[in-house]
Amino acid sequence: MFSLDLLRDAVVLGLLLGCFYAAVSVGLSISFGLLDVPQVAHPAFLVLASYGVYLCNDWYDIDPLLAGLLISPLFFVIGLITYRLYYETFERRGSDAAVRGIAFFFGVAFIIEVLIILQFGVDQRSVSAAYIGKAWRLGDLRIPMRQLVAFAVALALTISLATYLSKTFMGRAIRAVAQDEEGLRLMGANPVRVKQFAFGIATAVLGIAGALLIIVAPVDPTLDRVYIGRTFCVVVMAGLGSITGTLAAALILGVAESIVLTMFGASWAPAISFALLLGVLAVRPQGLLGR
Amino acid sequence: MRAGSIVFWFGAVVFLAAVFLMTQAVGNEYPFFAGYVILQFVVLSVAWSILGGYAGYVNFGTNAFFGVGVYSAVVLVKAFQAPLAAQIVVAAVVGSLLGLGVGLLTLRMRGIFFSIATIAVAIIIETAVTNWRFVGGAAGIQLQRPPVMPPFDSYVKMLFFVQALLVVIAVATTRAIQNSRIGRGLQALRDDELAAECAGVPTLRLKLLACVISGALISAGGAPAAMYLQYANPESAFNLNYSVSVLAMSLIGGTTHWIGPVLGAVLLGTTQQLSAVTISSEVNVLVLGIMLVLFVVGAPKGLIGLVRRRSKLERAGS
Repeated sequence: MFSLDLLRDAVVLGLLLGCFYAAVSVGLSISFGLLDVPQVAHPAFLVLASYGVYLCNDWYDIDPLLAGLLISPLFFVIGLITYRLYYETFERRGSDAAVRGIAFFFGVAFIIEVLIILQFGVDQRSVSAAYIGKAWRLGDLRIPMRQLVAFAVALALTISLATYLSKTFMGRAIRAVAQDEEGLRLMGANPVRVKQFAFGIATAVLGIAGALLIIVAPVDPTLDRVYIGRTFCVVVMAGLGSITGTLAAALILGVAESIVLTMFGASWAPAISFALLLGVLAVRPQGLLGR
Repeated sequence: MRAGSIVFWFGAVVFLAAVFLMTQAVGNEYPFFAGYVILQFVVLSVAWSILGGYAGYVNFGTNAFFGVGVYSAVVLVKAFQAPLAAQIVVAAVVGSLLGLGVGLLTLRMRGIFFSIATIAVAIIIETAVTNWRFVGGAAGIQLQRPPVMPPFDSYVKMLFFVQALLVVIAVATTRAIQNSRIGRGLQALRDDELAAECAGVPTLRLKLLACVISGALISAGGAPAAMYLQYANPESAFNLNYSVSVLAMSLIGGTTHWIGPVLGAVLLGTTQQLSAVTISSEVNVLVLGIMLVLFVVGAPKGLIGLVRRRSKLERAGS
């Protein structure tokens, strides 16, 4: 019933899936991991991006990946506005505001979800592109082309973001503000502007991540609820803010989900990420490669 | 303090008597059908505020406790044809055990980590119930109401009265906590957990207690929903909409005093029931979400805060 071949296939597909999870989580790794913003609305923004890509694809027949790139600047601006609003109303007012900050993002997530339902209905939406529907045969293993495309783009995205954070001036500033905000202030820089810019980047990445989400599988408005588990699982397991950790954690999640899917069936899949998340929170809250 | 208690219990008795008279006098079932939901949200919001308001731990897992309440009732009905009172009591016990479990698991988690962990618990339980054949799995389960007990002439009216009773129990419990050492301890750990611990407040024990009581009350409030709907499925019993509704109602009302969640639940619940007739349920959730965001941004202390500020200003002016 359960053979080594099946296991091997599950692991291969899981690794592909894991890279994709890294791409959808890497933004949260910056906004929540580095900046300590309780961005519960991250998955809602992700699904919103998918619907943006869907519109571009449906109306103008633009390739979903290109569409994702096109809407990224828009999401950058959305990120800037969101952070500014969050900073002015909550972060500046200190500890009591933390509870309300969480409620704020939870509310924003619901508003986005309902707006999508009102506009598009609850039906699933998907995009069309040349590579969707084809498959690549590797021995007796059939890998859907959409998974491969998502894998390649996700890997490129994660690596380039890691490079950006470690090699460029602005990237280092973002990591600096995460480590010592006061220190940055003493150096004459404005930590709030750095954080705002970083939050913008974290949200802009969602443009491409949203494109990958709708390439991998059809999207429906309440998909963000499952992705709360997946993205937070990856970011917490990674150790807050570590991009390499994000990739490693996402691969673990992908393989775990894929194996459970093959062994027990799809109805158990949503619980995997949440169970892993709970386990990590309870046992090793600092993550795999914790700060 | 003593005088306040007398007023409170007098109010509670008057409230229950009014509800009872209403079930006897009014023939139309619809007001009870709608009113039940409002009372249910009063129970959930008041219970939520024990942990979310006094202790400052934002529980996103209201749906977990609610669904566990519903499914405790479902199991009891399916296995033993148990009466309503037994369903509620057992749901409260299961809810308190779940609360204990959540509390132990999240003992060292704060802020957003606690909130995310509670969502996780909800999804895991929902998935388990979805895969549980005995209670119907994902397709759900139909339930038969037993014959109604006198003096009530319809089951919905009886459920309405029962839910009103639960409102009194929930409010009385929350009020007792608020006025006791427990409540003050919870508020202390909300403001500064480390300082509270250093000052000798048994923070861990208080948090566990808050989880247990809050969980028991939410599950008890959810238990009658099985008989109310005569149907249960995991997707609706564990719907995240319960979490966002209860969060919104509590925060909009204000969580520093038990009257806040009551106000929030009555106001928003009534609006929802009125608007459900005319507009879709999605718009309902949208209005709720927007109100939530507006209030957390503009009126941090909720309706209570607004009223108190006004009365303070008037006092200062006069």
